[in-house]
Amino acid sequence: MAGGSPEKEFVESVSKLDGRLPSGNLEDKWDKYKSSMKIVNPANKRKFNIIVVGTGLAGGSAAATLAELGYNVKSFCIQDTPRRAHSIAAQGGINAAKNYQNDGDSVHRLFIDTIKGGDYRAREENVHRLAEISTNIIDQCVAQGVPFARDYGGLLTNRSFGGSQVSRTFYARGQTGQQLLLGAYSSMMRQVAKQQIEMFPNREMLDVVTVNDRARGIVVRNLKTGELETHSGDAVLLCTGGFGNVYFLSTNGKASNASAAWRCHKKGAFMANPCFAQIHPTCIPTSGEYQSKLTLMSESLRNDGRVWVPKSKDDKRSPADIPESDRDNFLERMYPAYGNLVPRDVGSRAIKKMCDEGKGLDPTGRAVYLDFKSAIDRLGKKNISDKYGNLFDMYETITGDSPYSTPMKIYPAIHYIMGGLWVDYDLMSTVPGLFVLGEANFSDHGANRLGASALMQGLADGYFVIPNTLGNYLANTKLDPVSTTSEEFKEAKNDSKEKTEELLNIKGSSTVLEIHRELGGVMWDLVGMARTKESLQEALDKIPKIKDKFWNDLYLPGESNTLNKNLEQAGRLADFLELGELMALDAMNREESCGAHFREEYQTEEGEPLRNDDKYAYVSAWEYNENNIPILHKENLDYKFVKMTQRNYK
Amino acid sequence: MSDVISLNLQVWKQSSIDDPGSFEFYSVKDISIHISFLEMLDVVNENLQKEGKDPIAFDSDCREGICGTCGFVIDGVAHGPLAKTTVCQLHMRHFEDGQTLVIEPFRATPFKVVKDLVVDRGSFDIIIQAGGYVTVSTGNAPDANNILIAKDNAEDAFDSAACIGCGACVASCPNASAALFTSAKISHLSHLPQGKIEDDQRVKGMVEAMDDEGFGNCSNHAECEAVCPKGISISNIALMRRNLIKTIL
Repeated sequence: MAGGSPEKEFVESVSKLDGRLPSGNLEDKWDKYKSSMKIVNPANKRKFNIIVVGTGLAGGSAAATLAELGYNVKSFCIQDTPRRAHSIAAQGGINAAKNYQNDGDSVHRLFIDTIKGGDYRAREENVHRLAEISTNIIDQCVAQGVPFARDYGGLLTNRSFGGSQVSRTFYARGQTGQQLLLGAYSSMMRQVAKQQIEMFPNREMLDVVTVNDRARGIVVRNLKTGELETHSGDAVLLCTGGFGNVYFLSTNGKASNASAAWRCHKKGAFMANPCFAQIHPTCIPTSGEYQSKLTLMSESLRNDGRVWVPKSKDDKRSPADIPESDRDNFLERMYPAYGNLVPRDVGSRAIKKMCDEGKGLDPTGRAVYLDFKSAIDRLGKKNISDKYGNLFDMYETITGDSPYSTPMKIYPAIHYIMGGLWVDYDLMSTVPGLFVLGEANFSDHGANRLGASALMQGLADGYFVIPNTLGNYLANTKLDPVSTTSEEFKEAKNDSKEKTEELLNIKGSSTVLEIHRELGGVMWDLVGMARTKESLQEALDKIPKIKDKFWNDLYLPGESNTLNKNLEQAGRLADFLELGELMALDAMNREESCGAHFREEYQTEEGEPLRNDDKYAYVSAWEYNENNIPILHKENLDYKFVKMTQRNYK
Repeated sequence: MSDVISLNLQVWKQSSIDDPGSFEFYSVKDISIHISFLEMLDVVNENLQKEGKDPIAFDSDCREGICGTCGFVIDGVAHGPLAKTTVCQLHMRHFEDGQTLVIEPFRATPFKVVKDLVVDRGSFDIIIQAGGYVTVSTGNAPDANNILIAKDNAEDAFDSAACIGCGACVASCPNASAALFTSAKISHLSHLPQGKIEDDQRVKGMVEAMDDEGFGNCSNHAECEAVCPKGISISNIALMRRNLIKTIL
């Protein structure tokens, strides 16, 4: 035990969490749900006000679809326009079980791949629904005008992604997220013009307001004016993305944060599997202290790129001078069946292993090659440029090297958080009336997400799940009118005001960036790609000290009543500090390895994650407690349709 | 060549929409040439805070050149000297030791300066609301492969759809025209069968919204194309005009 501090405490709840899953055959559950649910009749929909926070793929698609149905939607986003949500940066593609390639794909196969990719820590019911809906998403997006890649006959074309042996990924060059988001955004704008959506850009959610224990509104800060506002509604949809920025350096946008979710957590929403953080194998390596973010190079590159290091760690020749016989194409060697297309967690750990053995590339020793030479020789430069041109350009812009002539250098980085607020089958959190969609929830990816599945999930939740489940909630629930002049709203607004002032009044000497970087270092080193009981204990020892430093020595310039970027970042960091501690605690509690959660103590002889299904086949859902003693609730993962096996990508 | 450079920055500072604003001078040392322009400003802001001074407000999010949040003018050029590059992707290796740089916000009547280098580009959303979409509600869509689109059309549509809405085109135009932005969306949808159906309403609505928001007209300076980080072509503007004329004929 590092630092001699007592182990972080938590208590375990005796009752089990219920995901309220429909009964019956797995294939029939969603259809059965839809045919038996209550619905709000068209004339009544306009009487409901729905608050949607976030405008990425989940929030954008939800806001547009609910408005189309006739609900009054208030949409909030942190950027200056909904078109800039971080979904825009997703590159590679979106999965769908269309089987257009006639290669044996099916809903069942996509379901199995996703369950297996998640290392058997996701709910069967949610994942099956996701696979069923996947095909509708592609239809919807094409109808909106999303320019997916096409073949000469005018039909859609596909590429392959990790963790799958079929070609089911639809793509729009290396900008699939951008094009899908602009599709959802354009649908939103159509509804804004029809006054069915009221748009609130430049707003950061600071709190959820509950009335009679139901989510009935939010407190937001207008980031341009500093003004605090309250908004009421009949339900709140949280679509605020993931919290990879707890690691400081990640592929997330600078504004991506945990605060909306964390503040809901403090109001009673359980946080599920927070330690399941995905590390993406192919990112541009870090270059120095002032680096502000990491840039992903899409997984799709592994379709044509070969990952290698020199066989000898003393081989310092330039890559062009190293013959094939002196190269170790280690993914192909270690995993012959999947080769360079192993799932992300498997690929990341293999890269780390090579670097830990001293074979990493100069100057940092934290990089391996991703080489396109054989693909360019085989398919021609033009073909490769059509597929990956923008990614190659982006790489060259950042590093100064052209991947057409020299191999890329890559290293894993934090990319996506599988964990998130706990939701039931309806996507409702433990706070009634608070629904959570997209990356912000925990539901579909288990312990590891497959590539091209984030876009699928965000759009499935927004376009096709929530329009049904929200209607069911509203039709089954008696909701009294609420007003933002009520005590609950005034109190919540006042709390947010006090918290903001408290930050400005610390008047210490450390900047937000310095403290965030310090937290990120601890998270990456101790709660990162490989974890041990000792590393996690050390993290649990160090994070509270950083938290103390934050609350005693933070320096913030400026005021609260104006645009103040540092104040925004400080509020987010305050939450990251609490969340980071819970992530370490969750990782400590889970004494097994599964998917992206790799505890070094629990591995097979071949170095693969060793699950413990007898003890840990559950979702850990943490309840916040004022005394900082979290309460662990368990939702058992009772697999009825799939047999849990050891993943094998060899 | 040394890996660090010094710079003299002349940066626009404006505390609010109502403040007239003025340039401030900053002398910056030991900047690594491997960091991006925004990371350089991060360093400057860290130092300013240490001195108890007000940091420079600027917008950014993805820092990979795709979200369109960042953008300002460096020495008179929107997004700086490197073609087809947003400021977040502009690295300091493109600058000389001792260079003086003038940094100011995107300027146009419809883009109000919120603070320092941060501008309000909300009028772009209003242009899109006037027709920058296909009228299709969720659930209406036919099977995706029922809509055949020739590869070339799909590629052309994509080239126009790649617009990130950063506003550099407006900032660089002597008329503060939003013609490149507006025409890119019109062109994207006009190249696709599912979008073409609404060509007439779309072009009329969007051009009218563009005028109403206070953007100027296009007089073929092509400055927009020169600074566009995504290489959006002014041939889109020609298509927009053709579509507009067709609605009159």
